[in-house]
Amino acid sequence: MAKNAALDVEVPMNKQSKLKYTLHMMAVNKSCYFMMLPFMILFIIFTVIPVIITLPLAFTNFNMAQFPEWTGLSNFYTLFLNDDVFMTAIQNTLVFAVFTGPFSYILSFILAWLINEMHPVLKTFFTFVFYAPSMTTSAYVIWQLLLSGDSKGYINAILIDLGFLNSPNQWLTDTKFIMGVCIIVQLWISMGAGFLSLRAGFQNIDKSMYEAGAIEGIKNRWQELFLITVPSMGPQLLFAAVLQISASFTVGTVSQNLVGLPSTDYAAHTIMNHATDYGWIRYEMGYASAICLVLFIVMLLVNKLITWALSKYVD
Amino acid sequence: MAKKKKKVDIDTVKVKKNNRKITASRGGNICIFLFLCITGIFMIFPIYYAVIQSFKPIEELFVFPPKLYVLNPTGKNYSDMMKVATSLWVPLSRYIFNSLYVSLVVTVCNVFVCCCAAFVLSKCKFPGNKFINKIIVTALLFTSSATWIIQFLVMATIGIIDSYWALILPSIATPLGLFLMRQSMSTIHDSMIEAAKVDGAGLFRICWQVVVPNQKPAIMTLIIFAFQDAWNKQSGTIIYSEELKTLPTIMQQIAATGIARQGVTFATSVILMLPPLIVFLVAQSNVMETMANSGIKD
Repeated sequence: MAKNAALDVEVPMNKQSKLKYTLHMMAVNKSCYFMMLPFMILFIIFTVIPVIITLPLAFTNFNMAQFPEWTGLSNFYTLFLNDDVFMTAIQNTLVFAVFTGPFSYILSFILAWLINEMHPVLKTFFTFVFYAPSMTTSAYVIWQLLLSGDSKGYINAILIDLGFLNSPNQWLTDTKFIMGVCIIVQLWISMGAGFLSLRAGFQNIDKSMYEAGAIEGIKNRWQELFLITVPSMGPQLLFAAVLQISASFTVGTVSQNLVGLPSTDYAAHTIMNHATDYGWIRYEMGYASAICLVLFIVMLLVNKLITWALSKYVD
Repeated sequence: MAKKKKKVDIDTVKVKKNNRKITASRGGNICIFLFLCITGIFMIFPIYYAVIQSFKPIEELFVFPPKLYVLNPTGKNYSDMMKVATSLWVPLSRYIFNSLYVSLVVTVCNVFVCCCAAFVLSKCKFPGNKFINKIIVTALLFTSSATWIIQFLVMATIGIIDSYWALILPSIATPLGLFLMRQSMSTIHDSMIEAAKVDGAGLFRICWQVVVPNQKPAIMTLIIFAFQDAWNKQSGTIIYSEELKTLPTIMQQIAATGIARQGVTFATSVILMLPPLIVFLVAQSNVMETMANSGIKD
């Protein structure tokens, strides 16, 4: 049977022989599937299934103790019509995403580009400096100290000394500042995987391209950047963009650690905080799933948009 | 324009002038360096400050205005931390072992599993390849920070809550790692793999003896990500047994004991920072030394 299928390759195929051919190819490439098996099993259990069961769970009332009870769209009615906090959360998440997303994306690109041409030692040093914050999840303590609300809080003290302030600002509890503070700290830890992959991307560019560029008459580093570097970094650009979307829309740990959950007046309450609130504190998993589902849909839409925007550089 | 170009003898075009690239002006270089330094100070200052604070004796900790250096460095904060740690019900060494064990297992498994899958996905044609690639790209969005609430349900269902498995298994098959390796492996030349095939190597051997040795930068990056992710993972919600908890969880408990222990708090955060930093530095220096050149060019 395998032989026949192999012979069928040249002739135009009907549905049945196409299936046969596919099966044959699957049999020939058995070892490929074996190589992927360990990854796929774990991937399906811990990433695919959680994402997929969010969908049915979002339409139920589930408290983790009893069997989920089907409630139709009621979770979503509550979410969009009766839950003021969720509206605040959506708004905050969008503000977070708009400020931290593009900004840290562009910043990681620029930094990776600038350090790329340096001496190897300096390169390692700067990579370390920019990447270090994203490694240190315990660093919130330091920001709490710097931003503490009394007049001896470091930033307050400096601003009062310089005459910018008359009285100390409550950086972590005043609703005027919470959002800004969280955005800055989020930016501070955001030079992570995306930054490193962009940096690796710069290193992988064929050096002869630059020499060719110099011969062809490229004059300054801006021309070099837009004519040679960016077009050959498509895959890394897309990769960093996807990571950035994921990171900016699931922000929550920073505000949770820095200004508490819930923050004063929900001023820095994000969608992820809201889901944590319902999932972990109130054990309303159905409602938490509905929140996650909304988040997933938003992320997918933004992802489509970015992929479309970068598509001319990829492939 | 085209005519002008012809007149220039290619040999006389200098790609480098005075030992620097023709596209990099000196003024620009200085501006770049200043910009990098300023950004760098913003990035590193809080970390530097934490290290400094952790070495300050108590009378210097609360001096106002705060100083950016230590007059009499002391290890007292660290010994205090050890005192707190030894008064715990479970010895500190157990938490350190837990953290290191989990992080190392996750890192090794992650690299192994991702390399195998990435090689097949980037270099072999088989039914389903494109479909799986698409799924992986989408899955990059759904990191564990987005799915962890529901992930908990899955772990509870298969009964691995409160065991090492709960810390290890979910972190192994990361779409991020697979994507990273796949991207990097797809730049390897097909003729190298063909040559290995002609020599009679199986897929597994091609992957580990031909392709992977050429992927050092990517693998080092993957190791950094995997280790750091596993190390920083909070075990609070999935581990109840005290003797299975990891270092960050315990360190947070020590740190949460109030302002009088400020020095100890900083000491703990410095200790927590160290292992990922060491892994990062070791991996980075390796990347620098061996920029992969596969040796095949058209």
